[in-house]
Amino acid sequence: FYLTPPQVNSILKANEYSFKVPEFDGKNVSSVLGFDSNQLPANAPIEDRRSAATCLQTRGMLLGVFDGHAGCACAQAVSERLFYYIAVSLLPHETLLEIENAVESGRALLPILQWHKHPNDYFSKEASKLYFNSLRTYWQELIDLNSGETTDVKEALINAFKRLDNDISLEAQVGDPNSFLNYLVLRVAFSGATACVAHVDGVDLHVANTGDSRAMLGVQEEDGSWSAVNLSYDHNAQNEHEVERVKMEHPKSEEKSLVKQDRLLGLLMPFRAFGDVKFKWSIELQKRVVESGPDQLNDNEYTKFIPPNYHTPPYLTAEPEVIHHKLRPQDKFLVLATDGLWETMHRQDVARIVGEYLTGVHHQQPIAVGGYKVTLGQMHGLLTERRARISSVFEDQNAATHLIRHAVGNNEFGTVDHERLSKMLSLPEELARMYRDDITIIVVQFNSHVVGACQSEQ
Amino acid sequence: APGMFLRLLSDVRWRATRPRWRRWMRSRRSTSSTAEPHPVSLPAQAQVVICGGGITGTSVAYHLSKLGWKDIVLLEQGRLAAGTTRFCAGIVSAARPVSIELKMADYSNKLYQQLEQETGVKTGYMKTGSISLAQTQDRLISLKRIASSLNVMGIPCEIITPKQVAQLHPLINIHDLVGAMYVPGDALVSSADVSLALATAASRNGVQIHERTSVSHVLVQKGRVTGVETDRGHISCQYFVNCAGQWAYELGLSGEEHVSIPVHACEHFYLLTYPLKEPLASSIPTIVDPDGRIYIRNWQGGILSGGFEKNPKPLFTEGRNQLEIQNLQEDWDHFEPLLSALLRRMPDLEALQIMQLVNCPETFTPDMRCIMGESPAVRGYFVLAGMNSAGISYGGGAGKYLAEWMVNGYPSENVWPLDLKRFGSLQSSRTFLRHRVMEVMPLICDLKVPRWDFQTGRQLRTSPLYDRLDAQGARWMEKHGFERVKYFVPPGKDLLDLDQSKTFYKPDWFDIVGSEVKCCKEAVCVIDMSSFTKFEISSTGDQALASLQYLFSNDLDVPVGHVVHTGMLNEQGGYENDCSVARLSKRSFFMISPTDQQVHCWSWLKNHLPSDSNLTLEDVTWKYTALNLIGPRAVDVLSELSYAPITPEHFPSLFCKEMSVGYANGIRVMSITHTGEPGFMLYIPIEYALHVYNEVMNMGQKYGIRNAGYYALRSLRIEKFFAFWGQDLDAFTTPMECGREFQVKLEKGMEFIGQDALLEQKQHGVYKRFTMFILEDHDTDMDLWPWWGEPIFRNGRYVGKTTSSAYSYTLERHVCLGFVQHFDEKTGEELVVTTDFINQGEYEIDIAGQRFQAKAKLYPFSSLFTQRRRKDEVELSGYQRE
Repeated sequence: FYLTPPQVNSILKANEYSFKVPEFDGKNVSSVLGFDSNQLPANAPIEDRRSAATCLQTRGMLLGVFDGHAGCACAQAVSERLFYYIAVSLLPHETLLEIENAVESGRALLPILQWHKHPNDYFSKEASKLYFNSLRTYWQELIDLNSGETTDVKEALINAFKRLDNDISLEAQVGDPNSFLNYLVLRVAFSGATACVAHVDGVDLHVANTGDSRAMLGVQEEDGSWSAVNLSYDHNAQNEHEVERVKMEHPKSEEKSLVKQDRLLGLLMPFRAFGDVKFKWSIELQKRVVESGPDQLNDNEYTKFIPPNYHTPPYLTAEPEVIHHKLRPQDKFLVLATDGLWETMHRQDVARIVGEYLTGVHHQQPIAVGGYKVTLGQMHGLLTERRARISSVFEDQNAATHLIRHAVGNNEFGTVDHERLSKMLSLPEELARMYRDDITIIVVQFNSHVVGACQSEQ
Repeated sequence: APGMFLRLLSDVRWRATRPRWRRWMRSRRSTSSTAEPHPVSLPAQAQVVICGGGITGTSVAYHLSKLGWKDIVLLEQGRLAAGTTRFCAGIVSAARPVSIELKMADYSNKLYQQLEQETGVKTGYMKTGSISLAQTQDRLISLKRIASSLNVMGIPCEIITPKQVAQLHPLINIHDLVGAMYVPGDALVSSADVSLALATAASRNGVQIHERTSVSHVLVQKGRVTGVETDRGHISCQYFVNCAGQWAYELGLSGEEHVSIPVHACEHFYLLTYPLKEPLASSIPTIVDPDGRIYIRNWQGGILSGGFEKNPKPLFTEGRNQLEIQNLQEDWDHFEPLLSALLRRMPDLEALQIMQLVNCPETFTPDMRCIMGESPAVRGYFVLAGMNSAGISYGGGAGKYLAEWMVNGYPSENVWPLDLKRFGSLQSSRTFLRHRVMEVMPLICDLKVPRWDFQTGRQLRTSPLYDRLDAQGARWMEKHGFERVKYFVPPGKDLLDLDQSKTFYKPDWFDIVGSEVKCCKEAVCVIDMSSFTKFEISSTGDQALASLQYLFSNDLDVPVGHVVHTGMLNEQGGYENDCSVARLSKRSFFMISPTDQQVHCWSWLKNHLPSDSNLTLEDVTWKYTALNLIGPRAVDVLSELSYAPITPEHFPSLFCKEMSVGYANGIRVMSITHTGEPGFMLYIPIEYALHVYNEVMNMGQKYGIRNAGYYALRSLRIEKFFAFWGQDLDAFTTPMECGREFQVKLEKGMEFIGQDALLEQKQHGVYKRFTMFILEDHDTDMDLWPWWGEPIFRNGRYVGKTTSSAYSYTLERHVCLGFVQHFDEKTGEELVVTTDFINQGEYEIDIAGQRFQAKAKLYPFSSLFTQRRRKDEVELSGYQRE
């Protein structure tokens, strides 16, 4: 049983989305040209989420990928809410006041974000009121706190991440009279999600990362070749600093039980995450909430299960690491992707594949026969193989789709093998997760002319 | 001494009298220059300067010198035969669809065959034959059509089965073939050596050859060539010949007076291999696999194989770039589809070792035919360029025709299809050329079906009604850059898309055109014919009349308001142009000619009108939109719109009146339709075009008016036996030969061009006769359709070819028009064609090898058509153009 190429394409393209920053007077003054995003499920339903939005009251664009675990509830909530928290954190005092006054007097609210969503990216209607109230509480506190200083992006990102995680935790503790919402907030809190978010404003690129998704910058060298620059650190067992941090935060007696089999407390792969209150709340709190919670929660073995060696919570934080990068003209694109991509592809290959795709130049050395002995048959084989490599590029209108095609279909020679691609995509649901993870990718393309101009102004 | 040869390596002057020049020739390629050159200085003047030492330039020099012109200088910027000529694949093949090209190739082949004997220079000539393969039935039909024309030309040729192909060429995979065409006379040559041989012979005849001399520009005074400026000094001359190949375009623009030569280069790739284990026999036929887009020939026991890919790489768009030409890269990825096709055709070649992939620029033209002739702008400026990668096949014949043109005033064959004047400056845009040649190069291998249109370079010249017509379902074709309607697809009806609609059989628009024709016959149709070339000639005194009387064979001294159909003839009485002339006033005339006459007619008039400041000639083509109202109800529509009496008494046939139509005044209305049907041509100042069109359509509603296109017009004119200049008529056809004696007024009391020739024909008879053929046993639905160029057989013997054809919806038969000749059965000598000869014969038309019985007629079926207006007979008796 094989999928035909059109069937493969329809699977790969089902979730693709592209956004081009609109031009004014024939000019695009944004440092972002646009982005392509896509995701390919392995879990059913998919646990990854993605978000993209333009900040309307401040400058800049927000893009993020969210990798859920133990269900998709937390990733969904974070994908809906986090950008509002960030946007609010960035707003100047006057704007916050204006918004608050508008809400107070029932006037129309200034729009804060313009979302760029695929039709499959949904927002939960039921929780919007609850989420809004939590957000409003946050900005009211910001108004009260008025420091008078201009907002630092890095600080804003950190505050937003921490605040949202805190709200998720609080909402679950308080509960909701509506039984559906009550169950929802609990599911959000008991599941988890990593987040990797980029904020681009002119030449200032900030990446805030919590967990093991990754941001990577594609740089074109002077000779035209492509290289990759990491703009985030994975928060997992492979990151020595992260292991060190976790150990510092807990008594020496726990040193051996903190990280087992490369997992936090032997259970959790990412060392930082939203939700996951099982790694944050005290045992008492967990028991109380679970017992008073709805039956579905009570019946769930996972939620009831307390991690072993659980002595000094919290073991987990949602606080991100933020990296600031000044964009240069040679920085052509940014790839944000969940670990599903990075497990299968090296970042150097990612840089090359996306770079060649975006520039339309396939950095294949032209073939020259020169003095070598080459037969027509050999040459023919070589050329057919090269053409297959190129033709896979032209099938895709979306850089993220193109990357997924490679991630899933690459053979040992680094070229897309249709047979392999077809096999991987036709795996039954229960097997799919064993061969691959959910993959979510956003490829942001920068406008080198604008970046160059900004740079020279500064 | 050897030292002498070395010195000569870089010599710039070539002289056959030098001793041992032959050895020099052999050594000049293997040794590099070590000694100082001794350039011989250029002459101060010459009769002819030829620029370009490739196959075309040397061929022109060779033929000019053969015709007795000796004072000739050939200049080459680099080395002789060093450009495209050196890299050319060297295939000489007569398998060409266009008859003039076929003749050139046939001549070239015969010329090259004896060249070695004539000059002593080895040319590598080898008669190998060629096999053109067909992978589809349609391809086989196109090959059969070519085979038919080759056979009647006396060039041996046969259609063979795949099995026979395998016998002729052991390496070919024949499994996907349906047949092939074998031309045993086709040959291979070393193209550079042929060029050198021609140069050698020319040089012996006195032509001076200077290498490493580049022409910077051509000097012109009073519209005539006076000399050339080179990097080595000035040469005064009367004639200049631009044979600069891919540089011809730029050279044409380099002078003060621009000569527009629409050519553009593309990269062309072919492969060379080492010899096979068992080297190929030198006599092995050349293979052309057009469906695979490749050709394969023997090359020193290995193969040489190239092709014409679907996605060519145009080059030098922005102009000459010496670096670019030296750095042309082998592009294997680009060559991959052709290599695949090669290995599919000859799978056993897999193990063959590659020697080189050659990238050699080839020059292409906007219509895939080469360009020759005199510039319309500068007298004495001749061109031969744009060989569309068939330079070797055409070079010999083309050089001969151009030489004849220069020496005798015109070639011995009709070369209008190749004439530079078929183009104007409008084909000179680099963007246009770049886009068009990207379409032309693949077309070399594409299936050429009847009625194909170029898809690139379109919508350049349009009527003001273009959008209106387009919105009503118009489908377009292009002539001389002008968009013209083929037919209108009724709403809700879908036609096949372009690729699928290609057919040699009944086309998908058959019923659509049929209903347009029916409407022309029964009600009224409007056809936008704005592309016509329109000139105004006027003078202060009688100069206009006097000049036109001299230029035209008919009598133009008619009352004001009359329209005269007349030929503009050359000295031999042949049609240079066929036009209608309206006398607007005593001293001014309005002249209407075919669309593609714009450049040619202008230059003919310019060259033949006296330079008299009281005589003005103006091209008003762009000022008028032309609407043709065809049909019995046209008169009703027009009279309602003009409140003027339009009855035959007031407005007889062949009249021209300025009148108002709707609100618009000053519309020139002529009672002609170019089809023999009743109706009117309206020449409308363009700002009124939309208004008049709207009025006509609104008023016409109650008479059943509808839009129609040129396909309907074509069917109407052919069933009425109207000849069309450029297709049926050419510079070698006289009015006497096509039944138009009545348009010749030998006794009009004034001398006119061609008069003597016509008198002679009148007295002694004609040697060919324009004849109409009605196909008898032809099934319109099932049989191949005629196109043009089909051989005509009389009592089983070849007597001529058709020139156009159409389905007549009235006769419900196919009608072919063509010329019948009378060859003496024994000697082959041409005899006078009499009416009896035409009438007393059994005729057959050969369509792709299948013969259909045909009835010959010298006069149209006037009785078949309802005569609604008596005066129509005047027009009926035969005049038309498209």
